[in-house]
Amino acid sequence: MPTDNIKFALEFEKPVIELEKKINEMKEYASSTGVDLGEDIKRLEKKAEQLRKEIYSNLNRWQHVQLARHPQRPYTKDYIERVCSYFEEFHGDRLFADDKAIVAGIGMIDDYSCMIVGHQKGRDTKGNLYRNFGMPNPEGYRKARRLMQLASRYKKPIISFVDTPGAYPGIGAEERGQAEAIARNLFEMSRYPVPIIIIIIGEGASGGALGIGVGDRVLMLQNSWYSVISPEGCAAILWRDSTNAPQAAEAMKVTAEDLLELKVIDKIVEEPEGGAHRDPDKAAEIVKAELLRTLAELSEIPADKLLEMRLEKYSKMGYWNESK
Amino acid sequence: MDWFKRKKETLQAVDRKEMPDGLWVKCDECGEIIYKRELDKKLYVCPKCDYHFRIGSSEYIKILIDKGSFKEFNQNISSTDPLKFKDSKKYSDRYKAATQKTGLTEAVVTGQGKIERIPVIMGIMDFSFLGGSMGSVVGEKVSRAADVALKEQKPFIIISASGGARMYEGVLSLMQMAKTSAKLALLAEANIPYISILTHPTTGGTTASYAMLGDVHIAEPGALIGFAGPRVIKQTIGQDLPDGFQRSEFLLEHGFIDAIIHRHEIKSRLAGMLRFFQHQNNNIFKSQESA
Ligand SMILES: [Zn+2]
Repeated sequence: MPTDNIKFALEFEKPVIELEKKINEMKEYASSTGVDLGEDIKRLEKKAEQLRKEIYSNLNRWQHVQLARHPQRPYTKDYIERVCSYFEEFHGDRLFADDKAIVAGIGMIDDYSCMIVGHQKGRDTKGNLYRNFGMPNPEGYRKARRLMQLASRYKKPIISFVDTPGAYPGIGAEERGQAEAIARNLFEMSRYPVPIIIIIIGEGASGGALGIGVGDRVLMLQNSWYSVISPEGCAAILWRDSTNAPQAAEAMKVTAEDLLELKVIDKIVEEPEGGAHRDPDKAAEIVKAELLRTLAELSEIPADKLLEMRLEKYSKMGYWNESK
Repeated sequence: MDWFKRKKETLQAVDRKEMPDGLWVKCDECGEIIYKRELDKKLYVCPKCDYHFRIGSSEYIKILIDKGSFKEFNQNISSTDPLKFKDSKKYSDRYKAATQKTGLTEAVVTGQGKIERIPVIMGIMDFSFLGGSMGSVVGEKVSRAADVALKEQKPFIIISASGGARMYEGVLSLMQMAKTSAKLALLAEANIPYISILTHPTTGGTTASYAMLGDVHIAEPGALIGFAGPRVIKQTIGQDLPDGFQRSEFLLEHGFIDAIIHRHEIKSRLAGMLRFFQHQNNNIFKSQESA
């Protein structure tokens, strides 16, 4: 388990990360001094493995949310770099601006030429200001739409990486029709005659996520969350205190496991133990394999059948009672 | 995000019970005391300042639909509380209370009726039912109404009044946005007119789905229409919002509304539009037809 690169530990994972650091120190000491610490190291490694299992297999919903927001979690471009053998980013909605909170472009995944869109967060303060914390304005949704239309014309499958704390709530966003931009994407994505694969890689907050999130298959990384509102937002309203976010996350059932059970997603994509940030290369390898498998599966389906199935998929969403 | 933050605020600002009991009503805008019967006759518009009182589905049916022609669909669909949601109260209790308080079964009434003898399929939202929030039942009823419009080739009209998606149903309510939008895409492909009427307030997931997908967008004067609620925006940007922000007139100026229509004129102008879409231009493309 690579730990050297972990600069930030969440409260609940501190014990295991500290232990891993200690093991690394012992290894370094052993190799520099020639002292044999083999037995001790083996014993501690076993302990670390056990501890990891204990911690990461019993995460509560709030802990999943925290992992989804881990500052070192791989973002859309991290996946694109590792998954695509070729990628050219395209900018702008041809109407108003280029929204840096959504990246989009053409790419090759093995032998598939795809249109790729995704939310993009920044890695540090400067990056986050540039990316607007991954919160798109209407231009972002319209850029994605323009390129998805292009994909439809040239029969390119669409891959969408979802990772946003929400669509940006600003004056300009409202002036330029945030609601219309999202609505139009839902409308059009339901009808593009090419395979659409959605993968939720981090945060899926409300309409801001769904705005590039309608497709034939919805995959979700194990430690991601997806809901109608952020746990903080929900807590602020119902508990009148955003610090009740952990309770809100429980009540809203926001994890990948919950969503699979509610039949909102099709598959949970496993992450490396401890989360995708522990081993981004491995995470991307898993994601790539999953995308290729899904592309192969969807490529077998004729376009009209695909549209029929997509409509059927969304028609079934939700639960209700129907009395006679 | 945070579509629901706004709800509290709108409740305070707007939660005048739909047509309160008693003989007299005070206008929220100008303070005029109005005799209730007079207000009924004026279609719930203040005779002094033109303020449009918030009304529910039964009033809109009276205002828009030819007498006796309305037939409701799917009254028998109700929520199952799929998440077993609970904060200080259970969602199932809130739901029960809402049905008792309003006499409605959900936040939307769907059905068929006639507007100046033109048959239409309609969905009308009730803000008084859990803030007009869209959960599985609202999504399902709207979708089924759209199915009828498609099958019977009748124009589809939705009157929105909603705080957005229903938090108590989590991600399932979010999915209703995709579901209803997909149905509207089918109507558009079949060239069946869809008219969206936005009333006070229409925000969040409702705006970001069917309310903004009309062939025609009509708004009532002064309605709050937007994606994020004003309070969330104010908090995010840390400055005051401009006057008239997110009101019908603001949306019209920014290009998102076709027409703002006074409630006194809504029926006749809606009928005019319906007749327009219905009309066949037999006098054009003659050469192609004969070819
Ligand atoms: Zn008045």
